Amino acid sequence: MNDKISFIIDDREIKAKKGQTILAAAQEAGIYIPRLCSKEGLSPFGSCRVCTVLVNGRAQASCTQPVAQGIVVENSSEKVFQIRKQIIEMLFIEGNHFCMFCEKSGNCELQALAYRFGILAPSLPFMFPEKDIDASHPDVFIDRNRCVLCGRCVRASRELDGKHVFQFVGRGPERRIAVNASADLKNTELESSDKAVEICPVGAIIRKRVGFKIPVGKRLYDHEPIGSDIEKACT
Amino acid sequence: MKKEMESTVKNICRDSGNDKIHLLDILRRVQNQFGCVSDEAIDLIAKSLNIPRVDVESTVTFYSFLSKEPKGQIVIRLCNDIIDRMNGYDKVAKAFREELGIDFGETTKDGKISLENTPCIGMCDQAPAALVNGEVVTYLSTDRAREIVKILRLTGNPKKLVQRLGDGNNAHELVKSMVQNNIRRAGEVVFSLAESQPNIALEKALAMSPVEVINEVKTARLRGRGGAGFPTGMKWEFTRAANGDKKYIICNADEGEPGTFKDRVLLTELPDRIFEGMTIAGYAIGAEEGIMYLRGEYEYLYNFLEATLEKRRKDGLLGKNVMGKKEFNFDIRIQLGAGAYICGEETALISSCEGFRGDPKNRPPFPAQRGFLGYPSCINNVETFCAVLSILDKGAGWFAELGSRGSAGTKVLSVSGDCQSPGIYEYPFGITIKKLLKDVGAEDAMAVQVGGASGQMIGEKDYDRIICFDDLATGGSIMIFGPQRNILEVVDYFMEFFIEESCGYCTPCRVGNVVLRNYLQKIISGKGEPSDLDFLQKLGENIKAASRCGLGQTSPNPILSTLKNFHPVYAAMVREETEGLQPTFDIQAALRDSEAITGRKSVLFIH
Amino acid sequence: MDKPKIATAALTGCFGCHMSILDIDDRILKLIELVDFNKSPINDIKEFTTRCRIGIVEGACATEENVEVLKDFRKHCDTLIALGDCAVMGGINAMRNTIPLKECLEEAYLNGPSVYNPEKKIPGDREIPLLLDRVYTCSEVVKIDFKLPGCPPSADTIWTALVALLENRPLELPYELIKYD
Repeated sequence: MNDKISFIIDDREIKAKKGQTILAAAQEAGIYIPRLCSKEGLSPFGSCRVCTVLVNGRAQASCTQPVAQGIVVENSSEKVFQIRKQIIEMLFIEGNHFCMFCEKSGNCELQALAYRFGILAPSLPFMFPEKDIDASHPDVFIDRNRCVLCGRCVRASRELDGKHVFQFVGRGPERRIAVNASADLKNTELESSDKAVEICPVGAIIRKRVGFKIPVGKRLYDHEPIGSDIEKACT
Repeated sequence: MKKEMESTVKNICRDSGNDKIHLLDILRRVQNQFGCVSDEAIDLIAKSLNIPRVDVESTVTFYSFLSKEPKGQIVIRLCNDIIDRMNGYDKVAKAFREELGIDFGETTKDGKISLENTPCIGMCDQAPAALVNGEVVTYLSTDRAREIVKILRLTGNPKKLVQRLGDGNNAHELVKSMVQNNIRRAGEVVFSLAESQPNIALEKALAMSPVEVINEVKTARLRGRGGAGFPTGMKWEFTRAANGDKKYIICNADEGEPGTFKDRVLLTELPDRIFEGMTIAGYAIGAEEGIMYLRGEYEYLYNFLEATLEKRRKDGLLGKNVMGKKEFNFDIRIQLGAGAYICGEETALISSCEGFRGDPKNRPPFPAQRGFLGYPSCINNVETFCAVLSILDKGAGWFAELGSRGSAGTKVLSVSGDCQSPGIYEYPFGITIKKLLKDVGAEDAMAVQVGGASGQMIGEKDYDRIICFDDLATGGSIMIFGPQRNILEVVDYFMEFFIEESCGYCTPCRVGNVVLRNYLQKIISGKGEPSDLDFLQKLGENIKAASRCGLGQTSPNPILSTLKNFHPVYAAMVREETEGLQPTFDIQAALRDSEAITGRKSVLFIH
Repeated sequence: MDKPKIATAALTGCFGCHMSILDIDDRILKLIELVDFNKSPINDIKEFTTRCRIGIVEGACATEENVEVLKDFRKHCDTLIALGDCAVMGGINAMRNTIPLKECLEEAYLNGPSVYNPEKKIPGDREIPLLLDRVYTCSEVVKIDFKLPGCPPSADTIWTALVALLENRPLELPYELIKYD
């Protein structure tokens, strides 16, 4: 129908529905655009900027930018690669990411992105910031050392769980995730089964007593890069 | 006390109709009343407005005029922007510290006075300056600082600090401030309004159809005066054409760009005309409501502006059937900000108007499609509304003839820094930097920062370039640096400013600017290497490309423009280091704690 | 022709990366054919006796002695590799970076639940190297040419990287060899 439009991504012409984001349209065509804050089922947020593409030469976040007829999108040029790689590195140095003892290691989307980008180590200096941990809740803890401020928990709690457990407070480098209580996580209505818990891409929100259950070698990203499922789905 | 607070907070919320849209107003009042917005107050507000407490906390922790920790009854906010630093900030700061016996960020033991720093408060032409609660004190000296503390201690009343009133409406009954206008050059478009008869333009507009008004503005080739230069007529057209039960016209009076203060003067001298311009715009786009978003730093103008609105209402220039025009109902309200540069970004401004933290919104949808509360909204700069009046007064053709190709009309410039006559200058677009420097008395300028912190720094070889949208674009800020200044220190200040003012929403701006500044400081401290310059360039370009809003898309400009225009300054500071320890690694500093704890000196690194 | 020389050292860490070097199993015979080991705990040579082609350093830089060793390695090696997460980003050691040194030492020597220290003194013996104010990554202290992450990096990772360097090929690791845990 006439609500179909077409555009070019990395020399390939693909069809899309009007109103679709570039990221979603590419995904339907089997093209993976790396992303972190974006998650199917949640409203687009556009904060991590890992999904940056060039649209007619101009950088845009593909998770919020809608498709338009005839646009030319670069998803795998050197420039795009370098921008994304540097953003991933920023997220590593901004927090304290100790993969060697993190429950999420092997299933962590930030780590998986770094693997996919072939990052041996961030080229930016580590900041070693002081962050806190909230382990007050009987079944869930928050480790802000690992938080990448993607806001998935904020959105999931509101949009999927019908609660308001999380929200951003502070601004600039002091921006952080806060909980809907004057005290701690245990004073909120969060339950272990909440979608907001499992939706965390990193190890910042973790269910207690289930860490390290999956052995090394069987974890999500042990053998294949993140996004492989999308790339395989259409070939 | 607790009970008393409970009823006060509840009353404040009730005054605002327990409507969460007015959260920012409520928070400001609670802050003023109790010196903070405490956890208890947050709970009470959340309950009254029926919103999650974490959302209230989110807003409280965003704005620098709001705080969860208790502040003194009086808060002295000393402006520490670069111009104030060049005009003796350090000495004044020292005098305040000594006289109060506290450091910045602290409150006197009796809980009476807090001392804080604040970025540009729009007084660069009379720096150093400070805000004392709402009052503005200017041209500060060490003596004056000590005197201010004495008066505050004696009277507890910041109003007593105003001893001599400023010129023009600064002396108005409802303003009574010591601020000076410093209008040095009145031009044909904006300041000529002072002589023209009010409401003729509005009358003309109402005699036309809204589309005709828009066409007139389009014919005049008017572009937005905030700096980005989007064609005003198109913006109006888009908003008019957008679907929506209601539409909003918003005046962006949140000038926070360091070195800009022209809106301060326009709001002081031409408020009635600005509201007239907003009314015309409202008519053109089909809005019934206008909002003026006034930066918190200009609170001293609030009552005066409100009175101006009230008078317009009485005169039938606002309200039902404006000027007798059937079915044109329009009114304006003022939304005060609370100290956040980012709220000058139009989608952040909308967030703030809605009572939220000032995070910018994703675009699309653009405000013209979905803005304030989801309704089509048009945001224009204060000066843009003034230009509209002259266009209707004197004709689109007359206006389009003024200025340079692609940039019709005049621009009101805020000139500050190392020059003889800092102040307000209105020129037709197309004036060269050289001519400007001559007029303001700064022919020996080493560098000129055009467009504020987010603009660019140029040197002598570029002084023949012109001010216009297609060459040197500026929202009005012109900061001048004489030969005695250290360029890298200026750049470092701007980076500090951006880090402070970033909302932190997106990664490149939140993290990237901190990294940029760390590398810059490495270079300033003489520990930089040639490869660091290349690194700064690439990182800066990536931040510009990948950031979500205008703040991050321009924050690397101070570094990128000086790398380009003042490269030798950087080159002289870096050298290659291959052997030995990294220049940034200081073994003596790294061992200091250990030596103190163990009570012995290092045997490996003897010093 | 002389074989290229290799030196290795372990700074603050668990020595696991050296174990991982030994984990290359029978390839170690091939390695001995390819290179000579100079200063290294593997052969117990304590000081550099010659300039080395490659220096491999595991562990984080947490003490003055670590600084000295790093300096020495940088001086004697053409190419310096930071091996493993501790060398690359501080590793577990860096957890102390958000806690003042004094608090760390008091917890370790005075207040910890299992501490027996009747003298109530933090040791300051000259034989014990002084701790740095915080844990530094190797590249914060000296220039590092290559970083191999992992806790520890797998034997395959180390082997692949070493062979590539010895054969002057660019260091490109396949997906499964880049791991941070």
